[in-house]
Amino acid sequence: MIVDLPDTTTTELSKRLVKIRSEVGAMALSRVLTLVVVVDDVEAEEAITIANEASRQHPCRIIVIVQGETRGRARLDGQIRVGGDAGASEVVVARLVGRVVAHADSIVTPLLLADSPIVVWWPRHAPKAPAKDPIGSMAQRRITDSVYLAKNPRTALRRLADAYAAGDTDLAWGRITRWRGLLAAALDQAPYESVESAVVVGAPDSPSADLLAAWLHARLKCPVRLRRSKESSGVIAVELTRASGVLELHRPVNGNAATLSTPGQPDRTIALAHRSDAECLAEELRRLDPDDVYQEALTVGLAGVGTARS
Amino acid sequence: MSPARVTPQRNPLRDERDKRLPRIAGPCGIVMFGVTGDLARRKLMPAIYDLANRGLLPPGFSLVGFARRDWATQDFGDIVHDAVKAGARTPFREEVWKSLAEGFRFVPGSFDDDAAFDELARVVKELDEHRGTGGNHAFYLSIPPGFFGLVCEQLQRSGLAGGPSDSWRRVIIEKPFGHDLASAQELNKIVEGVFPADSVFRIDHYLGKETVQNLLALRFANSMFEPVWNRNYIDHVQITMAEDIGIGGRAGYYDGIGAARDVIQNHLLQLLALTAMEEPVSFEAHHLRAEKEKVLSSVRLPKDLGSATARGQYAEGWQGAEQVVGYLQEEGVKAGSTTETYAAVRLDVANARWAGVPFYLRTGKRLGKRVTEIALVFKTAPHLPFNDTATEELGQNAIVIRVQPDEGVTLRFGAKVPGATMEVRDVTMDFGYGRAFTETSPEAYERLILDVLLGDPPLFPRHEEVELSWQILDPIEKHWAGMKGGLDQYPAGTWGPAEADKLMRRDGREWRFP
Repeated sequence: MIVDLPDTTTTELSKRLVKIRSEVGAMALSRVLTLVVVVDDVEAEEAITIANEASRQHPCRIIVIVQGETRGRARLDGQIRVGGDAGASEVVVARLVGRVVAHADSIVTPLLLADSPIVVWWPRHAPKAPAKDPIGSMAQRRITDSVYLAKNPRTALRRLADAYAAGDTDLAWGRITRWRGLLAAALDQAPYESVESAVVVGAPDSPSADLLAAWLHARLKCPVRLRRSKESSGVIAVELTRASGVLELHRPVNGNAATLSTPGQPDRTIALAHRSDAECLAEELRRLDPDDVYQEALTVGLAGVGTARS
Repeated sequence: MSPARVTPQRNPLRDERDKRLPRIAGPCGIVMFGVTGDLARRKLMPAIYDLANRGLLPPGFSLVGFARRDWATQDFGDIVHDAVKAGARTPFREEVWKSLAEGFRFVPGSFDDDAAFDELARVVKELDEHRGTGGNHAFYLSIPPGFFGLVCEQLQRSGLAGGPSDSWRRVIIEKPFGHDLASAQELNKIVEGVFPADSVFRIDHYLGKETVQNLLALRFANSMFEPVWNRNYIDHVQITMAEDIGIGGRAGYYDGIGAARDVIQNHLLQLLALTAMEEPVSFEAHHLRAEKEKVLSSVRLPKDLGSATARGQYAEGWQGAEQVVGYLQEEGVKAGSTTETYAAVRLDVANARWAGVPFYLRTGKRLGKRVTEIALVFKTAPHLPFNDTATEELGQNAIVIRVQPDEGVTLRFGAKVPGATMEVRDVTMDFGYGRAFTETSPEAYERLILDVLLGDPPLFPRHEEVELSWQILDPIEKHWAGMKGGLDQYPAGTWGPAEADKLMRRDGREWRFP
């Protein structure tokens, strides 16, 4: 069900929400958090779809702030989506035009769920310092996507590192969770040797590759180099050099399966598909405490990663 | 800067603060016996696929099927494929399936066939060499317990029971763990004669359910429940596992076993233990078991077993929109069988927390609906500042843990009916697991299989617990065996025999209507 409330107020929106809730009855009974999505008009629908999908795992209220033209009379067009149109959640879309765009936090405040955590997600452009943004500062968790923040991933990540505050996180970090899991599981096995050096092969436009290298550097305390592959090829491979040889986890460009090679052992394959944004967002919503390991990779590890062209 | 040290205990890539990192099992494979069985196809194969799909199985994971079928590996793959398509919880992804299917092998043969087990040993060795399973294998015995001895012997004879020194071999067995104390001990002797106790994983799939684990969180992570979780506030506890189905085609297994051995001995007594136990020192296996064993060993049977137990058999009747036959008319059931399809018992827990609080356990087939729940029913308030008419419709408060379906927790309490007069009536407050969290919480078997591969034992009962449970049930079974005459019949689709209601009424209580 979609209810349009053109040129409205937050009071009207809240009233309508309560009314729909009592009329429809069993919708999203236990919502565990409020997800605030801040987007431009063009990306709004795609972002709502992704948020809806992620909300199937975490029933929540989704408040979508669609930022329009900043000049002219302040106007709020509201829309409420529930039931089949909203996944497991209820979605409030607030389209802002005029001077109110700069005061979006005043729209968000009355619509927040009582006594539950707040998460902000900027699917594209994020403020320079997410934690200092008026909406960002309300939230326990702030999700950016460094892919869209700058042309050069290193620039984007440095910017995030400089502004880092507890609770910041980035979708590019979630995209490499499975890589990290497989590498950690590989080091759980014999031979228990220190990693002397490591190489990450990844696309020049992939902040995930930089973060993976940064994480390895921060954790393994060894030289880590980043070798650039072709544009938009994502993360291709990780090589860990140990006394007994090179352990390699390799996924071909556009491949869905990876090969793990260890010296003296047969190659092993494993499905390793690219993760969708919805999966990554759902992972972000699973934990609402600060991600210390991300912080370490971003603010400590990144600086020590060398790059090389191939 | 010197590189971080790596040791078996210390992996620099792991950090307990890193809550994203999944627990991926190390290199390993599963050898499954009984692949043609119902359980294997309905639960185990889909669970293995779902684990692979969630990225929790190691690279090179292998699955070997063993059965008396004239199949090639390809045919086995087809069976698994169909089972996965029909039963998997997560979407079917070609690339996951492809990499999983590369690890399939099939060995035809019967359990008494030495050559077949030698072939199995060869296949397992080949997997270690070519797929890097590292000598780590779990043997899933999804077969009748009568064959456990034979298979374990064969595994030992063919050298499969032990691997290279830094590898593990584990064996997974399903209930029933015997049919009384003596047979359970016998069975245990057979299995633990081949595999060390730490390598034997007994599956009670109830313990893999999220709600059951949530019971621990509910009790020990909150401060609002534990203070009232005792004899000062609780009047009694009802643990119910009701099924709406009959015995289906399982007469061969069920007849002679009955509801008490099939369900009370394992599932319900495990639920009782988790509900009644004290706070464990930690959630490590030995601490959890210590508390469970303590509470199971303090369970006392009432002196008069006749008035504290009830049993019955379903008669023909209407189950929903379907007319169904009675137990005695089911195909394969012996004429005049005295196997119960419904059992209810009253147990007491003799410790300071629970003295005087009876635990009523009931289970049955062809009951009103399919439901499993734990209900703690509170004492009525000591003084009600209302007149009798105001609280006429007020029942006892209750905390109900709904184990299945619609997993969650219900609180029942009184609230004022809106209006000018004071009238208090029961209302419920609901927490739905599926509504507050993931829509797709993992299947019990996924969790349990992964735990076996990781060697993580807290959710598996040890033989001590199994034996304690039999010690509780054996006297009841003996009492029932000594009774003459047929069993009470209850029409299919109802809530059990009249005798069970009498059992409660003698104590001045009623069964909940789940």
